[in-house]
Amino acid sequence: MACASGGCGGAGGGCYKDEEEKQVLVSENQNQHHCICLKCKVEESISSSSGDFTSDLCFVCFRSNLFCKFKQSITTNDLISPTDKVLVAFSGGHSSRIALQFVHELQEKAQKNSEASRDKAYPVFGVGVAFIDETNINSLELDKAIQDLRLIVSSLSPPEKELHIMPIGNICSSDPVEGRNMMSELLCNVTDATGKEDLLRYLRMLCLQKIAYDNRYTKLVLGSCTSSIACHIISATVKGQGYSLPADMQYIDARWEIPVVLPLRDCVAQELKMLCCLDSLKTLEVLDGPRAGINGLVSSFIQVLLEENPGRERTIVRTAEKLSPFHFNRLPEESKDSNNSHLPSRWRRRKKQNLKSHDESMPSEFLCPVCFSPLTKSDFESLTMKLGSSDTCSESEIFGSSCCPSCQFQILPKEHSSMEQFYSLLPQPMVARAPRDSMNGDQTWLREQIKDCLLSDGEDGT
Amino acid sequence: MSGEEGNDNKETSSPQKTTAKKQQLCCICNQKRPALKRPKTLEQICKECFYDVFEEEIHRVIVENRLFKAGERIAIGASGGKDSTVLAYVLSELNRRHNYGLDLFLLSIDEGITGYRDDSLETVKRNEIQYGLPLKVVSYKDLYGWTMDEIVKMIGLKNNCTFCGVFRRQALDRGATLLKVDKLVTGHNADDIAETVLLNILRGDIARLGRCTAITTGEDGPIPRCKPFKYTILGVRIAGIYSPNAYRGFAREFIKDLERMRPRAILDIIRSGENFRIAVSTKMPEQGICERCGYISSQDDLRSTCCLNHFSNSMKREWKWCKACVLLDGLNRGLPKLGIGRSRGVNRQKEVEQTNGTKSIESKQCGTLDF
Repeated sequence: MACASGGCGGAGGGCYKDEEEKQVLVSENQNQHHCICLKCKVEESISSSSGDFTSDLCFVCFRSNLFCKFKQSITTNDLISPTDKVLVAFSGGHSSRIALQFVHELQEKAQKNSEASRDKAYPVFGVGVAFIDETNINSLELDKAIQDLRLIVSSLSPPEKELHIMPIGNICSSDPVEGRNMMSELLCNVTDATGKEDLLRYLRMLCLQKIAYDNRYTKLVLGSCTSSIACHIISATVKGQGYSLPADMQYIDARWEIPVVLPLRDCVAQELKMLCCLDSLKTLEVLDGPRAGINGLVSSFIQVLLEENPGRERTIVRTAEKLSPFHFNRLPEESKDSNNSHLPSRWRRRKKQNLKSHDESMPSEFLCPVCFSPLTKSDFESLTMKLGSSDTCSESEIFGSSCCPSCQFQILPKEHSSMEQFYSLLPQPMVARAPRDSMNGDQTWLREQIKDCLLSDGEDGT
Repeated sequence: MSGEEGNDNKETSSPQKTTAKKQQLCCICNQKRPALKRPKTLEQICKECFYDVFEEEIHRVIVENRLFKAGERIAIGASGGKDSTVLAYVLSELNRRHNYGLDLFLLSIDEGITGYRDDSLETVKRNEIQYGLPLKVVSYKDLYGWTMDEIVKMIGLKNNCTFCGVFRRQALDRGATLLKVDKLVTGHNADDIAETVLLNILRGDIARLGRCTAITTGEDGPIPRCKPFKYTILGVRIAGIYSPNAYRGFAREFIKDLERMRPRAILDIIRSGENFRIAVSTKMPEQGICERCGYISSQDDLRSTCCLNHFSNSMKREWKWCKACVLLDGLNRGLPKLGIGRSRGVNRQKEVEQTNGTKSIESKQCGTLDF
């Protein structure tokens, strides 16, 4: 490093004596990349101190480029409207930290614009931050992490942001100790490492939804970036979830009560990490752990692919992007305020377009109660047949049958007694998603689900 | 007899050790000691039950997917490896047992790589006698006038996979045409298809992603191809001796690791591939006919051929040639790199031609190319 700044060119004899070969290579690399920014043609382009990341842009251009990608995904897909109240899910990692920072900047700008406007009537969207505490680390470290978290959130004001911290066990029970015990017992019932990790992810989403719903948020912002989505695409393919894959990777996912938006979908993790370093944005690294089972294998596979071709993540996402999304991958009608006379004309125009598209009839999808992904037609047919044929199914059996094959394999216990126990520990929102009774009981759920099929059958018959 | 069996002997060694403590029996017949653990179902079963279950599964796949009609002539692509050997055995056995009424033939390709096919061709010849199936060996020399060894001698170790791959793809079809068969059956198994699904995702090919899981392909062409082992995990694979493609290699390694971690994942990838929500309007690569040999090839390949030949100044008009014909033309004219990669422009092509022109092997005989 000293050679690079001293301008000895990295090839002087002294350098090789003092520095290790690796460091010399880094400094050589830096010298090569110390050229003018491609965009502004004034500043020097950036490269990280470890040499693992370089860019053709200077810091200012690099940052504005990332911010533009973020903003463009929001404006072109109508992810956030001025009347929204947005909850940013913050995990402590680089991606969600950037999501939080950018949402804050967007809000700050909107606030300034509103104050500067003549009648000050433009609404500004509200922002809150959610943190799900799912750690098993000792309380001292957690206290420190939460202290840092409060510091991060308080530094992002004005406008002030509310911070919601929820232990993941609270989704099972409102009592913290009981909730924690139930959660660990629930996870103990899942033997597959990949299944355990995935279940934790689904429970995390339930917690976020609960926070958003209880506090009247209208959108949930996740920090999912190109890299994490690429990993998810390969993992989902490997787990046999090819059908539901397009549901998880669009900019908007409105199958949840509070629609989920992914404004960082076009940014890769390495860039976001770099921006965190350059912008000195604090992250909570202590909460980041290695991924398990198949998810871990997929992550390392993608890393190997990236060494061969750094653009591979984008290609993977582009491939999955071409798959047909579901009807819920666009904004629901209700999320827009009916009284929109105070909105700028561009918002009103978009609303009209949205309403138009919602006039088309939408097919209904049956969602797996655990992972909330749509079931294929054949899986749904076999479920209805099973529910129709069996007379005495217990609630846990019905729940198990209504799950997607992937969850059945990697999450649900195989033995009957374990399944009963697992079912009794599941959080209420997850249990409520499944049909409660088989055909001999209340049939309204089933009738609702197969309404379309019944109608067409009847028409054919007559 | 099969790769699956061979592959699982390792897995069964540990249960066999513990049998002293607890006598385990076959999950199906409950009588004999288990000889293997099936990767697909993780069941421990005896050898006889394995044969029965395996053959029954393939029979079901054939019947459910209506792969064959009575009286059809079927060529079995036989490389001499485990997959195709099992395929030859199972098909001949099922044909006899269930009266499919098929005329079965073995079709082998000899690439002309010294030492590579010697053993496998011997195996195929043994299969011919053992199962009573007529064998036809088609060599690259017969079809193209070049053996792979001669090609490698000319172009070196780099890029020779392009020649081998393109020639092999056509060789089976050409061989099948010579045998006048109705269908070509290959031993592609679940691992191969899972690998193709992954590769198509990695390279962004949505059109091929949509059709790569089909059990029968090329139904619009002269000879459709079927893969009865689509849902069969056979495990071990054999790679060519010359340099493999790096990123295909990564995918293979990944699939191997995956199989070790969760054998069912292979079938899950295929399931994903079958269920991908690919829009009906997705444009599939258009097929065209090579104007030289009559082989069906994608329009993209044909266009690039036309472009290359236009630049070479030797053609007065634009020909639409398939990739194999372009490569072969390059080889015969002493310009082996002509069909590899993208064309870099008129000047570069002319330059290449001028520098290599003196070494052109015009006298090299071109094999039978009529398709």
